[in-house]
This record gives sequence, C-alpha cells and structure tokens, in this order.
Amino acid sequence: MTHHREHRGHRIGRTAFLFGIFVVVMLAGIPAAQSQQRPGHKVQAIAQEPGVPVMPRFRFENFTTTNGLPDNHVFSVLVDGDRVWAGTENGLAVYEKGTWKTYTTADGLAHRAVLSLAFDQKTGDVWAGTMGGLSRISGGKIDTYTQLNSGLSNDVVYGVSVEGENVWVATAAGACRLNTRTGEWSLYNERNTPMNEIWVYGVSAAPDKVYYAVWGSGLLEYNQKTGLWDKWDDPDGENEMVLLKDQGLIHEIVTSVSYIDGVVWVATYFGDSHYDGRYWHNFLTKDSGLPSNFTNTIRGIDRNRAWFGTDRGLAYYDGTNWSVYRPALDTGKPEMTVRDAKGHVTDIPVKTAPAHNYILGIDFQGRDLWVATARGLSHAIYQP
Amino acid sequence: MTRLFRAAGAAALLCAVLWQPGMAGVSAQPALTPEERYASPLELLLSPDGARLYVLCQSADEVRVLNAATGRVLQTIPVGHLPRGFSFSPDGRRLYVTNSWDDTVTVIDTYSGHVEATWAAGFEPSSAVANRTGQLLYVADRIGNDITVLDAATGETRTALVAGRGASYLALSADGSRLYATHVYPNATAHRTPPKSEITVIDPAKARVVDRMTLPDIAGVFHVALSGDGRLGVAAQLHPKNLVPLAHVEHGWAFVDTLTVFGADVDSKPVEVPLDELDRYYAMPFGVVIAPDKSRIYVSHGASECVTVIDTRKMLSYVRRHPEGLAENLAASANYVVARIPVGKNPRGLVLSRDGTRLYVANRLDDSISVIDTRWNRVVRTIRLSGPKTITPLRRGEQTFYHAYAFQGQFSCSNCHIDSTFDGLQWDLEPDGFGVDIVDNRLIEDLRGTEPFKWNGGNPTLVKECGIRTEMYFWRSQNYDDLRLTDLVLYIRSLPSRPNRWRAANGELTPAQERGRAIFNRTLDKLGQAIPEANRCSYCHSGPKGTSQKSFDVGTGKSTDNSGVLDTPQLMNVALTAPYLHDGSAQSLEEIWTVYNPHDQHGRTNDLTKDELNDLIEYLRTR
Repeated sequence: MTHHREHRGHRIGRTAFLFGIFVVVMLAGIPAAQSQQRPGHKVQAIAQEPGVPVMPRFRFENFTTTNGLPDNHVFSVLVDGDRVWAGTENGLAVYEKGTWKTYTTADGLAHRAVLSLAFDQKTGDVWAGTMGGLSRISGGKIDTYTQLNSGLSNDVVYGVSVEGENVWVATAAGACRLNTRTGEWSLYNERNTPMNEIWVYGVSAAPDKVYYAVWGSGLLEYNQKTGLWDKWDDPDGENEMVLLKDQGLIHEIVTSVSYIDGVVWVATYFGDSHYDGRYWHNFLTKDSGLPSNFTNTIRGIDRNRAWFGTDRGLAYYDGTNWSVYRPALDTGKPEMTVRDAKGHVTDIPVKTAPAHNYILGIDFQGRDLWVATARGLSHAIYQP
Repeated sequence: MTRLFRAAGAAALLCAVLWQPGMAGVSAQPALTPEERYASPLELLLSPDGARLYVLCQSADEVRVLNAATGRVLQTIPVGHLPRGFSFSPDGRRLYVTNSWDDTVTVIDTYSGHVEATWAAGFEPSSAVANRTGQLLYVADRIGNDITVLDAATGETRTALVAGRGASYLALSADGSRLYATHVYPNATAHRTPPKSEITVIDPAKARVVDRMTLPDIAGVFHVALSGDGRLGVAAQLHPKNLVPLAHVEHGWAFVDTLTVFGADVDSKPVEVPLDELDRYYAMPFGVVIAPDKSRIYVSHGASECVTVIDTRKMLSYVRRHPEGLAENLAASANYVVARIPVGKNPRGLVLSRDGTRLYVANRLDDSISVIDTRWNRVVRTIRLSGPKTITPLRRGEQTFYHAYAFQGQFSCSNCHIDSTFDGLQWDLEPDGFGVDIVDNRLIEDLRGTEPFKWNGGNPTLVKECGIRTEMYFWRSQNYDDLRLTDLVLYIRSLPSRPNRWRAANGELTPAQERGRAIFNRTLDKLGQAIPEANRCSYCHSGPKGTSQKSFDVGTGKSTDNSGVLDTPQLMNVALTAPYLHDGSAQSLEEIWTVYNPHDQHGRTNDLTKDELNDLIEYLRTR
C-alpha cells in the first residue's frame, strides 16, 4: 500500500515535460480538443424518467470581465460566508453585496496571478498563493511572504491550506509550513521527505493529517501526531497503464487533494482516486461518470461524495451515481447528464451551464457552488 | 557651534540607539524585595462605584487597591512580572492583568482580591479587554503583534488576530460593538519611506478584524479612548520626522505629538490633531480619556510631566474646518487646548471619576498619583505610594531617560526607545546632508560587553554615547551635568534582556535551531572548503552576546555612509528588531542573505539551501 522510492534527484527531462504541461494547463487554460459522446451514453429526450437518479440541479450565474471580474481566467475560488474570493490572472477579486472589489500588486498582493486560496476560519484571514509569493489578507491589509523576504520555499504557490496556527503551502520547489505564532518556516522537500519530485501542486490540512498532491511524485501524507511522512505512489509506476483497477493511487501526477472525514480524494491528470484508509477506489472515464481523466481539482463533501473539476466539465459523484455540468463539448449549449450505477447516461434538459468546461476551482456556499473556470467564475445556484 | 551641535546629535543618537523607553520600569534588580522596589504606577482603574482606585504597579509586580477618597491602601495583590495593562470584566467581578514578561494574564476576583487563575497569553501581553458579554478576553501582544482571543471561562486561546506591530492598547466602544487596538511600533514600509500605523478595528462578538484605520506618518500609538455616545474616538501618538536630518530639531518638528480623532463627530476620515505649540512641545502623549459629557479630552505626556486639557467642541469645530489634518500647523493647538496641568514624573495612565470631576494620573517615576479637580484644572491632591524612601541613582537615571531634554522639550530618550526598547525607525541623525549616514535604531538591553556604540563604532563608552554626543546632536540644548549623565548611563546599563520567546525555557534547541547553530559555527562550507575565519558567522558574532565588539566591512555599506566599516551588532533578541543592517535596508532576517550578501562578504552563506538558511534564522531567533 505504501511505497517509498529512493531519492532520484532532479531530472531535467522530466521537469521540462511537467513544465510543458503546466504551461498548457495554467496559462493557456483551454483544452486543445474536446471529445465526442462517450460509448454507452444514452440520450434521453425526456428530462428525468423514472429510475433516473435524482442529482442536484443548478442554475448557473456566470461572472466575467463584463460584470466585474478583473480577468476571465480564474484559477481559484473561496467562499467566506457571504463573500466570495476569486483568484484570477489579474488580481484577487472579492464579491460582496453584489459588487466586486479587486486587490492588485499595488495593494501589496504578491503577484497578479492568484493560483490558490485558503480561509482561516478562526481569524477570518484569507491566504492567497500567487505566482510571486504568498499573501495574507487580514482586515483589508495585505502582508506578503516571498522566498527572498521569508522562509517560503518558492514564490510559485500552487496550494495553500490553513489548520490551527499553521499555514501549509504547496510550491514549485517543495512544501512548507508557516507557524503563524512563532513565524517559523519548515520546509519539506526531497531532503527530508519521501518526495521524489518537489513540484507540489496541492495541499489539504486537517488536525490529524496533512496531504500534499505532488506533481509526479504521488500523494504525500504528514501525520501531525507523529511528525512522520508517508507516501502513496501509483503501483503501476510512471505510466498510464492500470493493471489492477483499485490496487492503489491511480497515477503519479497528482494535481489536487481533499481530505475530509478520514477519507482522501485525489485528483490526477490520468484519473482520480478515493482512499478510506484501507481501500483504494479509482475513477476513470471508462468505468465511471468522470467526464475526463484530466482533473484539475477535487473537493470532497464527505466520505462518499465529491466534486471534480476536469478539462471537460464539472462532475459530481454521490457515492453511486454521477452528474456532469458543462457547456456541451460539441455545441456549447448548457448540458447536464446523469449516469447511474449501471452506466446508463441520461440527459437532463437545462438552460444554464458553468462559464466554461475547463474547471480550475470549486468551493461550497451552503448547497450552492462557486466554480472557477478558464473563462469566468460561475455561481451554481441550487435548484430544489 | 557646529561642532557642538554635531556632538549633541551624536549623543542623542546614542541615546536613541541605547535607550529603550518601551521597557518602562525594567531594571536588572531581580533580587529586590517588595519594600526595595519602586511602585512605578503605570495604569489606573476606578471600581464601578468609584470607591476603590486600582493601581497597576509595574516595578513592584502588583496591583494595589486604594480607597479612592483617602488614598489608603486596602489591598496589595501580587501579579506576574512587569504587568502592563489591566481591565475589569463587564460585571466588575474580575480584574484581568497582563504580565508582559511572563506572557500570562492574571485573573483576580475583585470581591476577595485573590488570584483566581493565571492564563497563558501571547508574546508580551500588554493590555486585556473583555467583550460585552464577558465571554471573550482580548489581549494585545506587543511582541506577538497580534490580539489573542481567550475564552474567558477557561482561559483557552481561541485564536489570534493580526494587529499592528507592537500591539499594545485596547479600548471597547461603549455599546460593545467595536474593539479598537493600537500599536507602538510602525508597520513595515519600504526603506526610507514615511512610517505608517493603524488602528485595528475588531468586531468583539465575532472575533474578526473588520477594519484597519490607516494612520499615515505615525510611529508609536498609545492609548485610545471612545466617547460614551460612540461618536468620537481619540488615540495618542507620535508623528516622527525621521527622513530629514535630526539637525532640524533646531527648526522644530523632530517629533510632533498628536492625536488621531475619528468617528461620526469628525465627519470625515480620521484626522490628525497636534498637541504641541510653536515653540513648546508636549512629548510622549500616552494616556487619553474623554469626559463623560464629552466636553473635555485629557492627555498625559510621559516626557513632559503634564496633562493637556482639550475643549472637545472647539477641537471638533476646528477639525471640521480643516478636514485635511492639522499636523503641520503647530499653532492649531491654541484653538482647542485650554490647560496644561503640571503633574509628577512620567505621567502615564489616566482615569476619570464617573461624574468627570476627578482625574487621577499615574506618575510612574514619582510613585505618586495626582488627583486633578477638572472643574479648576489643577491638582488638588497627590497620593504617595509606598516604596523606597530614597531616589537611587538608578531611579534618577530612569527619570532622566523619560524626560524631554531636547530643545523646546521636543523629545526624550524614550521617544526613540519606546518603553526602553526601540522605535522600528531609521534616522538621519547628523547634520551632514540629507540621506547621509542613515541608521537603524537598535535594542538597548543588556548592553554591557557590547561596546563600542554607534553603527560605526565611534563611541567607545556609554558616557560618550549618552553624553556630549546626545547633547550636541539630539538635544541641541543644555547638557546633563556629570551626575545626571552617570545616572543615565547606570540606568541604561541596568536594562536586562527580555525573555527570548523563541528559545525554550530550559535552553534546549529544536532540531531546526540545532541545525542552524551548526551552520552558525561551521568552519567548512558545503564544498568542504575552509571558510576564512573572518567570514564565519561565529567569528564576528562571537561571545555570549553575539558580537566581537569589532568593526568589519561586510559589503552592506552604502555610498552615503561616512564609514566603510560597521560595528558588529549584538544578537540578543534580534528577532524583535526588524528591519536589519545598519541602515535598516533589509526588511527581514532572510533579506540580509537573500538580497544583501551577493558576494558572501557577510558570512559564507551562498552555498546554503533555502531550508538551511531557514535553520540558520531559526537559530538566530534564539539568541
């Protein structure tokens, strides 16, 4: 179950490959091509026939530069009560009482491109991971930590998570932790963890464990009680083969992780995984309702339910059934599909869809969702 | 004459460098019995019925309860070390006392006078205020730069809110809806730009920061008070002019002593209001209270031995006519200051009787309390607190430190060394042209064995540093006589080093600190090459205090510096005193090496990885 690999150091070729993918994913943000209908997809003319699972329905309200966003390329989204924060390519925007306000580098923000966001429930502070450092927004004041003025391991901050008095950070050069009380920075990399690659893409921190999504180096686990690290790798190694479906982590290129209720939801660019502490369960397009194996972000609701942000739409899994929300890949018209446990797929007529099918971030506001996409921010308003 | 001024400026600089006024009442006499210790009353409270006067006696580490009418001591309650602030719970049944060097809060049952509990707080807790319901206790932590929120039932820490640097004083609005926090050191700004401070506004019911009122040009904000109707807020503060040569003290305005007034009564954003006069200054405004009927505002001046009385209506009228702020107009105060009431030495905390007719003033360095009849604006009684009968040379030195000796009474040593610490500013001290020889202010604790002084090591002794140099460069007026100078030096030499918050009480280092120590002491670099002796951390920063007491060129000198070599600064509590380097150009310890050491002149560090540099810094924080 646990696989530790020997340290292999930096491999320029591999890093270049990863960087190439990063450039495509983060900067272009748009998939080059869209697939057509999957095999087994039965189009239903009627909205919801008997026997079709009841899945959540939403009315999507989309925000772009035409109605207040500073940029349409939205990397991250964070809900803070009635406020919504959007990390865009051109500043950090906050939506409150119907209007948008944008923080920029002129306000002290570390960089214009805000890749990740985290909320400190105890203080109300917002932490923003950017392409140029880590910023804390507290009562309107911005303090910025960079690799030059602080112990931050690298200025490219892909992920951030707050737990207790610690801020856990995923960067392009390893993981780190800031103790906000003492100011101590602890760095985690190939020298002191079983991290083969140091390109850390996501983090999810809880009182008992902290999980890091490591790009090309699997899933890293830090046990807060023992202070020890553990690691999960793809048992099939660094290729796209899946010899045995649920034998372990689906792939080494881990992009996002969400730890909730003792369960880890893991996203990769080659499928997704669910680990309950004993068993792995993997999701691929060929055997689940996942619209694409290329998953940018994952958010667990509980042990059984999760949301997936892929390059081909927003997906929801309720433990048995799937639903997908997106502009249709061929026509661009709003589309919702439901896939039941037997693999039957039903089209649900809808009038709205997320701003784009390339999903980069997800957060919850009650039963509503906020979704960061490559072409705008979407508010998914739950329809009872 | 010019030479005289230079010498005075240098002496003033020394004083600024070495004197740390923030550490009020601290001296290296841990073994003194209560009878041998001065009381040093710092803050005052009146019981809800006005019958008892509570006196926070900082040097005695106790709270004394006095009969407010007679001044008779009813009770003496020991608390932790160096208490700095106190307040009642909303129901008056508890008294919360912050023990600044113990990092604790003492909880006192006001019925019995017994200590009910001692709770852990943040780094250097300086004041505490409960929310309206009494469920949460907010504690301002001067070194933590935050407001710790404690559960008032259990004492457990719930969270810590980011505040201004040196968070110290709190005030709750009368309706309990807002808590205001000030801080004594300026927030970080770019090098050689005006300082900036804030009043942090907290929703005390939700424990969230809801606003930060920016105070441009301000460094050093002390008490803040709110009127009973909630429409007026007033904070006492310093407005330094540290970007021009201090020679300009002869033209006035090295410091302006001001208030920030804010709230609905001001009809605008916060406005800065001067307290000084054109040719007379009222240094170190500290305590501020507003009369129950809002007719008067009272301000204590720690370095000018007086209380200023302001006619609120006239002040607000003037402010409304000048919403742009008045800090540049020292003649303004004539429009609203109605009295200056002489009191004792180093007046600090103020409290008004419920009817507003009696104002009590804590004279910290006189061990007395002045009672002012506000109808006549005069002291009608002075309550003497028990303590040593004689004034020791050490005490006289402390009194000298906290008195505004500068020309026209502009400032004291304690202006730049707030509570005997530092001020977080960089000064252009000498009359050698604008921007020449910029110097960062340093801590002045535990100085013995760290001489010479000044960043260029030009002053071999404290006598020279605090003597003629101060007279010529800082005070630009009469010097101390020899006896007073000796007392002052004695006081400064007595200042102990405050507890290091990053070093375990048992002295053990964490693994990261231990690794950092190895880097600090290493003789070989990571390539296995010997590091030249003069390029090892431990060579220049040797000895128990981290200084070889020698000067070196570490590549951080500027073309505007008069000296090519720099004195090796001591390292004790170095974590407290950002920014760094002689001119304060490094905003953090990291920047010393990530930005300002490209050629390994300031120690061999460019072979270190980021985590190794972090380890080195973790070790430095323990010094």
